[in-house]
Amino acid sequence: MAQETMTVHLKVWRQAGPEESGSFQNYTAENVNPHMSFLEMLDVVNEDLIHKGEEPIEFDSDCREGICGTCGFVINGQAHGEERGTTVCQLHMRSFSDGDTIVIEPWRAKAFPVIKDLVVDRRAFDRIIAAGGYVSVGTGPKPDANSIKVGKDVSDQAFDSAACIGCGACVAACPNASASLFTGAKITQLAMLPQGHPERTRRVREMVHQMQEEGFGNCSNIGECEAVCPKEISLSNIAKMKREYLRAMFSDS
Amino acid sequence: MTKLDARMPEGPLQEKWGHRLEEMKLVAPNNKKKHNIIVVGTGLAGGSAAATLGELGYNVKAFCIQDSPRRAHSIAAQGGINAAKNYPNDGDSIWRLFYDTIKGGDFRSREGNVYRLAEVSNNIIDQAVAQGVPFAREYGGELANRSFGGAQVSRTFYARGQTGQQLLLGAYQALMRQVDRGKVKMYPRQEMLDLVKIDGVARGIITRNLITGQIERHSADAVVLCTGGYGRTYFLSTNAFNSNATAAWRCHKRGAYFANPCYVQIHPTCIPQSGDYQSKLTLMSESLRNDGRVWVPKNKEDIGKPPHQIPDADRDYYLERKYPAFGNLVPRDVASRNAKYVCDEGRGVGATGRAVYLDFRDAIKEQGRDAIEDKYGNLFHMYHKITDEDPYEVPMRIYPAVHYTMGGLWVDYELMSTIPGLFVAGEANFSDHGANRLGASALMQGLADGYFVVPFTVGNFIAEYDVKPVGTDHKAFDAAEKDVRDQIKKMLDVGKQGSRTVIDIYKDLGKIMYDEVGMSRTGDGLKRAQDVISGLREEFWKDVKIPGRADDYNKMLELAGRLADFLELAELMATDALEREESCGGHFREEYQTDEGEALRNDEEFCYVAAWEYSEDGKPTKHKEELEFENVELATRSYK
Repeated sequence: MAQETMTVHLKVWRQAGPEESGSFQNYTAENVNPHMSFLEMLDVVNEDLIHKGEEPIEFDSDCREGICGTCGFVINGQAHGEERGTTVCQLHMRSFSDGDTIVIEPWRAKAFPVIKDLVVDRRAFDRIIAAGGYVSVGTGPKPDANSIKVGKDVSDQAFDSAACIGCGACVAACPNASASLFTGAKITQLAMLPQGHPERTRRVREMVHQMQEEGFGNCSNIGECEAVCPKEISLSNIAKMKREYLRAMFSDS
Repeated sequence: MTKLDARMPEGPLQEKWGHRLEEMKLVAPNNKKKHNIIVVGTGLAGGSAAATLGELGYNVKAFCIQDSPRRAHSIAAQGGINAAKNYPNDGDSIWRLFYDTIKGGDFRSREGNVYRLAEVSNNIIDQAVAQGVPFAREYGGELANRSFGGAQVSRTFYARGQTGQQLLLGAYQALMRQVDRGKVKMYPRQEMLDLVKIDGVARGIITRNLITGQIERHSADAVVLCTGGYGRTYFLSTNAFNSNATAAWRCHKRGAYFANPCYVQIHPTCIPQSGDYQSKLTLMSESLRNDGRVWVPKNKEDIGKPPHQIPDADRDYYLERKYPAFGNLVPRDVASRNAKYVCDEGRGVGATGRAVYLDFRDAIKEQGRDAIEDKYGNLFHMYHKITDEDPYEVPMRIYPAVHYTMGGLWVDYELMSTIPGLFVAGEANFSDHGANRLGASALMQGLADGYFVVPFTVGNFIAEYDVKPVGTDHKAFDAAEKDVRDQIKKMLDVGKQGSRTVIDIYKDLGKIMYDEVGMSRTGDGLKRAQDVISGLREEFWKDVKIPGRADDYNKMLELAGRLADFLELAELMATDALEREESCGGHFREEYQTDEGEALRNDEEFCYVAAWEYSEDGKPTKHKEELEFENVELATRSYK
C-alpha cells in the first residue's frame, strides 16, 4: 500500500517554564504518513529539532492508546482535536489534509498551570478525588463479592461514569474552566452503587468544595465538556452532581 | 555460589501462607506511625501496597513518574482478573487456578508463591467490589465471568475491556483516601534513580524531580519497589511510552539479583506495525480470542485478496487445526509462535505480510452484533480508530508484540529481594508466572502482592530487624546522590557533542531484541545480539545526542537515562537466554523443540530460577534456586 505523504504547518505554543511568557512558534512537518498518530507526527518533528540542535516540543503522553489520560492539548481550538471520542494519542494524521495549518496549545485553566510547552500540572484533579472520591473501606476481609447485588443496568451506568480518564479536556474546553464533568462523573458512579451510599452526602459536599477551592469555574450548562470528552462522558453526570449536592444541602449537616 | 533461600514455610501447600501469617511478628499500632516506608510506583501493586500500608498506620511516601498515580500502566490492562470463586459452578477451585498457573508457567515458578496467589485471588474480588469497582454483571445482579486464554473454566472477572483501569482507579482512590488522611504523601513526577543501602540494608532512594530536575533524598525503614516490567527494552511493545526498568536495574546494580530476565511474553493479539515512525504497539485484549477465529489463507496466492473473497475451504484456521482441544484459546506463547510461523511461511496478510486475521464473522452471525458490541465494543472502537478499518465488517489483523516480562528482581516468599528491606511486588518481581504468564493473571498478582502480601511481610521485616530511623545526611546518601549526578552530567556532556538521538539508538536496540531475543531464539542469534548490544552501549556513551539541561523538564534526558539501563539489561537478557539451553514458556530456543515443533523443556538440567548478581566487570554471576515440585507432577505442557 503506497501511501501519499503530506505536509502540515504547525503553530505550537512554546513556553520555557511556569513563570515564563510563551508564544506560538512555526514548524513544518514534511513526509507525514496519514497512518501516524498525532503524537508520532510530533515525535518526528522533535527528532528533527534535536538534530538541528533545538529543544524539542515537550508534551505529556504515556499509554498512547487512549486510556491513561496523560496526553492532551488543544488542536485548532478543540481539546484533543476535532474528532469526537478521541484522545490526542488516538488521533491520526489521516483526519488532516495536505497543506493544513494546525494550531497546538496547552490546556488553559487557572487550576492547570503550564509546566513547559504543552505540559500542564493537573494535580488539582487528584486533590478533588482525595477530598472524597472513594468508598471508605480498608483492605481486609470483606463479604463475598456476590453478596452485594447490583442490577446490570445500574452497574452499566455506573461504569459509563467510571470510564473517565481524568485527562482534563473538559476543563480546557469549558469557557469557565469548570471541572464539573470530571467531578460529577466520580460522584455519579459512587452515588449509583450501593457501596457508595453511606458516604453519599459527605462525598458530594467535600468534592464540590474542593473543586471550588482549586479555582475551577462554575458550570453554566454549555456542554463543551461533553463534546470534547474522549470517553464521551455524558452531561447528565453534572445534573446528577447538582441533584446530589442539593440533596446534601437539605440533609443532616 | 550462595544458595538462595526462598524462606518457604514448611508444611503442606494449603497451610503455608496461613502458617507464615501466624508466625510473623507484628508492629504495634502505636509504633507503626514511627516507621516510614517508601513505595515506588503506583500501579496495581504499588497503589494497593501504599494504600494498605497507610491504612495500617505507617507513614508512606509514594513515588511515581506520571503526573498522577492514576496513570500507571496497569491502567491499560484490558481483559480481566482471575479468581477462583467458582461462581459459574464449572468446577473451578483454588487448586485448579494454582495448577493452571503453574502449568501455564511451564513449571518454572515456585509452588508456594503460586498457591498463595490462587488463595488470595478471591479476596481481591471481594475487596474491589467493596470499593465500588464496576465489574460486569449479569441481569440478576451477580458478577459476570468469562473464560480467558488457556483456561477451561470461566474464572475471569472483567469491566468491559477496561478491567485494569477500573481496578487501578479502585486502588488509586484507596490511595488518595490515605493521602487525605495524611498517612501517604504522594510524590508524582519523581523518578527513582538509585537505592541507598546502609549496612547492607535498603534505607532510602535518590529521586529526580521531573519538573525541576532537582535531585532529592528520601530515607525509610523499608523500600517497596513496584515499578513494573522491562518490556520497553524492545522499544516497540504494548507497554506505555514511559514504562522502564531503571529503578529495578539500579537496585540490581546495588546488589539485588535479577531473576530469569529471558522470560518475556509476546502477546499474540496486537495491532501490527504500520511504519518506522511507530512509537508503540497496541494490544487487543486476548478475550477477543473467545469469539474471534484466527486464520490465514491456505495458499500464498490469496494473501492479497480481500478476506471475504476467500472461501472457508481456502482458509487455514491453524490454531483450531493444530490444537483441537484449546483451539483459539491456546496460551499466549503458543499462539504467538504459530502466528510467526505462518507469516514466515509467506502466508501473512496485510501491507507488511506480518499479520494474521482475527475474524468475528461467525460470532456476529451466531450471537448478533449487539452481543459482540457489549463484550468488546471499546476494543472494536479502538481498532477502528487506529487502523481505519471496521472489525464488524472486515476481520482484524493482528500480530504478536512484547507485552509482559515474567522475569524481574529475585524475591523470596515474603517478596523481599536479596537486599534486606527492599521488597519487590507486581511485574517488577519474578515470582509467580514462571516462564509464561496466563491471561488475566497480571492484575491478580499485582493486587495480591500489594493488598495482601507486602503489607504483612514489610511489617514482619520491620519488627524482626528492629529497624532504627536514619537521616538523609548519612554518608551513604551523599555517595548515592553523587553517583546519580555524575551519570546525568556524563550523559549530558556526551549529549552536547553526539550525533545520534536517544530514539535512534533505542530503535536499534529494539530491532536486535525483536530479531534475536524475541519469540524464537538461537544460540548464534543470541551471541550476535550480545555483540550488537554491547556495540550500541558503546555508541550511546560516545555519540548520543541529548537536548536541553539537567535542571529542567527534559523528556529526552529521562529517556536517555532509561535507555542507558536498558542497554545493560538487554545484554543480561541475551546472556540468560543463551545459558538456558531448553525451551520453556515464552523462552523458545529453536535448538530445543519436539518433532512437532513444540517447546522442549529440560527438567534435568534447567528446573531452576537463574538469579543474576551484578558485576562491575560486565560478567554477572549466575545463582541457582532449584525449583522443587512436591505437589504437582512436571508434565509436558500440551494443548492439543
